[in-house]
Amino acid sequence: MRRIVVVGASAAGLAAAETLRREGYDGTLTLVGDEPLAPYDRPPLSKQLLAAEWEPERLTLRSPDDLAGLDLDLRLGVAASGLQPADRTVELADGSTVPYDGLILATGVRPRRLPGAGGHVLRTLDDAVRLRDRLTPGRRLVVVGAGFLGAEAAAVAWRLGCEVTLLEPAPVPLAHAVGTEVGEVLTRAHLDRGVNLRCGVTVTEVTGEGVRLADGELVEADEVLVAIGSLPNTDWLDGSGLTVGDGVVCDEYSAAAPNVYAAGDVARWHNPLFGLPMRIEHRTNAAEQGMAAARNLLAAPQARKPFAPVPYFWSDQYGMKIQAYGYLRGHDEVAVVEGELTEGRFLAAYRRGEKVTGALAVGMPPKAIRQWRQAIATGADWDGTVASRSRAEVVPEGVSA
Amino acid sequence: MKVELEADKCVASGQCVLAAMDVFDQDDDGIAILLDERPAAEHLDDVKEAIAVCPAAAIRLVDQ
Repeated sequence: MRRIVVVGASAAGLAAAETLRREGYDGTLTLVGDEPLAPYDRPPLSKQLLAAEWEPERLTLRSPDDLAGLDLDLRLGVAASGLQPADRTVELADGSTVPYDGLILATGVRPRRLPGAGGHVLRTLDDAVRLRDRLTPGRRLVVVGAGFLGAEAAAVAWRLGCEVTLLEPAPVPLAHAVGTEVGEVLTRAHLDRGVNLRCGVTVTEVTGEGVRLADGELVEADEVLVAIGSLPNTDWLDGSGLTVGDGVVCDEYSAAAPNVYAAGDVARWHNPLFGLPMRIEHRTNAAEQGMAAARNLLAAPQARKPFAPVPYFWSDQYGMKIQAYGYLRGHDEVAVVEGELTEGRFLAAYRRGEKVTGALAVGMPPKAIRQWRQAIATGADWDGTVASRSRAEVVPEGVSA
Repeated sequence: MKVELEADKCVASGQCVLAAMDVFDQDDDGIAILLDERPAAEHLDDVKEAIAVCPAAAIRLVDQ
């Protein structure tokens, strides 16, 4: 293999490129990114960057020297526009064509938007700087969507002295992901601080004055942030023959086709640890899957390893640090195994079938959380692991993904 | 090779400990601690893994 193309120059693409070099690949390595910037880190966009605690330079993932050391054919500021697997070429938006022997797709996701006047979204550094510059004290911010991104942005804006309204279609924010009981704890964090959280409301349009709800009400705002999830960047793969369905569909090796792998937010792969297809939009998964895809691309077919990670994410909201391991969506049961929900300091374990499949902690020491990661990684039996430790009543959940 | 850790960037994920437990630990708040800033050669691959998986890009390896 003498020509490898990595499409996508964010966390997953960078991890893939670095791993290829680390594993000894010394052929041509093309890294394509649609943004003009060198790879940068996205989680701080809704945290330190939005709060103006960090300047954009701090988000740079690698120094110019480190990047130069990778000896890349670096194509920044140009999107990939097409893929021809039969010819083994990637077409770029500037009209050029890049041939490959091996390909890694890491094109990420883009924000979902609402009809109307637009409003802010929060995905790129430009998005974050634009919103940051508007978050001055007393400004009225409406955040549409109380998922992790919307909640983090609301928490930052509240701290900056904005008047924040958070609009959420579900009855309890994040209940589909973390369960109703934990979702209610996160809900209280907003309400305790005077953030106007309204659940069960559907926003149909962003207008010049704010947002329009399904019942016709206008919620006025100076700024609107739309945080209603994202869409995998797969449009450019239309006609390529790759299977696309809410992401690039991959097998357990992260392979989408022979010598074609996908990694990061855009990849929907079969995670054998859980026996489920999943697409994970978390920072750590981007790096881990980028590395796994690179190794499998270089490996002999029988030496490839299934990508079977325990997903991890964290979220910072109002000084609360939320950390979660595993796959929480579609759980059958939640049990608080340490601390108390009402104290805002707890560890909740999640069951799917007979196994421990997830753990979410707020304000718990790291070693406590790591034990649960281990339980998930080994597919520990729920009854043996949780029943003996459960301090709170086990909460049956009728929740599915 | 010397390991550098920017503790104020650390997000307490503990990924470095999972990757290289002879070189990193976490304090009670989860913030990474460097146990060995000049790890032996046999740990360098683990350190590189930790650098790659650190979600905060808070770890570097420098020639010193």
